[in-house]
Amino acid sequence: MSSHEHSLQAHDVDVRLGEAHVLRGVSLTVAAGELVALVGPNGAGKSTLLAALSGDVEPARGTVTLDGRPVGALAARELARRRAVLLQRQGLAFGFRVADVVAMGRAPWHRTPAALDDELLVAAAMERADVAPLALRLFPTLSGGEQARVSFARVLAQASPVLLLDEPTAALDVRHQEAVLGVARSAADEGAAVVVVLHDLSLAAAYADRVAVLSDGVVAADGPPAAVLTDELVSRVYQHPVRVVDVDGSLVVVPVRRTHLVTQEAPCAAS
Amino acid sequence: MTATLPVAATAVTRPRVALGRVGLLTGLGAALVAALVVAAGRGQLDVPPTEVLGSLLHRVGLDVGPLPSHPQGEATLWQVRFPRVLTAAVAGAALAAAGALMQGVFGNPLAEPGVVGVSSGAALGAACVIVFGWTFLGTWSVAVAAFAGGLVTTLLVYLLSRDAGRTETVTLVLTGIALNAMTSAGLAFLMFLGDTQAREEIVFWTLGSLNGSRWEHLAVMAPIAAVGLVAALLLARPLDLLALGDRAARHVGVDVERLRLTTIVVVALLTAAAVAFCGVIAFVGLVVPHLVRLAAGPGHRLLVPASALGGAVLLVLADLWARTAVEYADLPIGMLTSLVGGPFFFWLIRRARRTAGGWA
Repeated sequence: MSSHEHSLQAHDVDVRLGEAHVLRGVSLTVAAGELVALVGPNGAGKSTLLAALSGDVEPARGTVTLDGRPVGALAARELARRRAVLLQRQGLAFGFRVADVVAMGRAPWHRTPAALDDELLVAAAMERADVAPLALRLFPTLSGGEQARVSFARVLAQASPVLLLDEPTAALDVRHQEAVLGVARSAADEGAAVVVVLHDLSLAAAYADRVAVLSDGVVAADGPPAAVLTDELVSRVYQHPVRVVDVDGSLVVVPVRRTHLVTQEAPCAAS
Repeated sequence: MTATLPVAATAVTRPRVALGRVGLLTGLGAALVAALVVAAGRGQLDVPPTEVLGSLLHRVGLDVGPLPSHPQGEATLWQVRFPRVLTAAVAGAALAAAGALMQGVFGNPLAEPGVVGVSSGAALGAACVIVFGWTFLGTWSVAVAAFAGGLVTTLLVYLLSRDAGRTETVTLVLTGIALNAMTSAGLAFLMFLGDTQAREEIVFWTLGSLNGSRWEHLAVMAPIAAVGLVAALLLARPLDLLALGDRAARHVGVDVERLRLTTIVVVALLTAAAVAFCGVIAFVGLVVPHLVRLAAGPGHRLLVPASALGGAVLLVLADLWARTAVEYADLPIGMLTSLVGGPFFFWLIRRARRTAGGWA
């Protein structure tokens, strides 16, 4: 990672997808060395915000800038050297081998001096994402979680100072969830600006410097985990009662579950 | 950094991959030369391969090897056989490379110029030249019209069948049926308009044949195919990335829209090069890249050149069979490739259904 200060900034962004007004006046700043968790209920606009940040979606209003330049004005290759994106769903049209897929992350650096490090960076990325033993397997034959980790390795191989990860932990077991976020955390510690869309609020609390809560297309809260993840706010945004408890120094978000007694009584009360 | 294991793994595999790459291309190249020499000698007037080589070497100023012993041998070789086998090789290379590119850009191994109607679109363009007697560009008129027809149909297929960066098999095949129906209607109308001679020529077109290959035609189609093949090789690297899907390809720095449009123009160019003088020869672009993928994986940097060489070999041999299988008869080669390619296509569709569109 270069020592140059990289930052990603969305300012007052509006995005419409067809009829739907998905994002309304969203502002978010991610500085170099910072890991920001983007959380919120289904359909809150998390993936859309990530698409706007990555330059895939043109905002109807507002601006997204990367290192001070509008992302829409950067050429695809220039953009790829500055930011890498992990999408929620992985797909591959043909049966490439895992090592080839990870090496695709080096494409933006083709014919630059940085390409000399291709093999090393690909190997290191595979090691960090724990997919080195899969190197010679065919990508389409892997499980969903393995595919997600291979794609994560591809993103790491890109060696860009900005990382945008859309639910990188969705298909992963506990060990790999922790490992992936650990890698994202250390990337931030080494100077990268990292945005991670997460559903698991406890994971967000554990790894993020800041948590931004999206609700119905607006930012409901943005701040350090301890300040944002409160019983009141989370319960309101998710429309489900939760409790945030401190377990040995780490915040754990627990949904309040109705007891069997209550659920059995509910129909009676309704009638 | 504890990267010892994968470094070791790639260190072992890299030279093997490079070796396999060179080996496959060399093997196919050698097979092509052998096929050309043998095919040039076979026919109603047989010339042994040594005499074919001898004749070739004498032409380039090397007095090595025997000349054709038959009095008509030399003339037959240079006026009939060489243009024919070379036309077959160029058309085969162009069609197979076009198929490989098309599959890459659609993210679907069933895309093929013949199947999706691009070949018949090019044929429609060429038929216009035949019927209306356009001669604005001399020998090039047919090729230019075929290119225009091919380009329009490729763009149509592209616009009509793609959705979110991938083309579902069903959509692709149905789009092909619709387009083939439209171009058939166009060809039927042109046949209705044309005189007897034009009709015969159009029928020859739709059947596909290398009968009547001439040096003048080769002089038009070879440069077009060469330009197309060079462009195809340059597109190989970004096409690999397109396999990730549109968004992910953009994320690793591919200008997806530009790549797609460039590829479509190149597909039309390659298809036109083949169709302009040989008519519709379907399924070459389907069968050959598929076999190469089975042998060497899906990487386009190997797939494109290997498909071109393989397509050339296949069409030279297919043409040899078409003109020698039945004595004193020159079977239409398009009929032959469809006869073999049809069942192959069917098998691919069955397999696609089994893997539920997984395309492993």
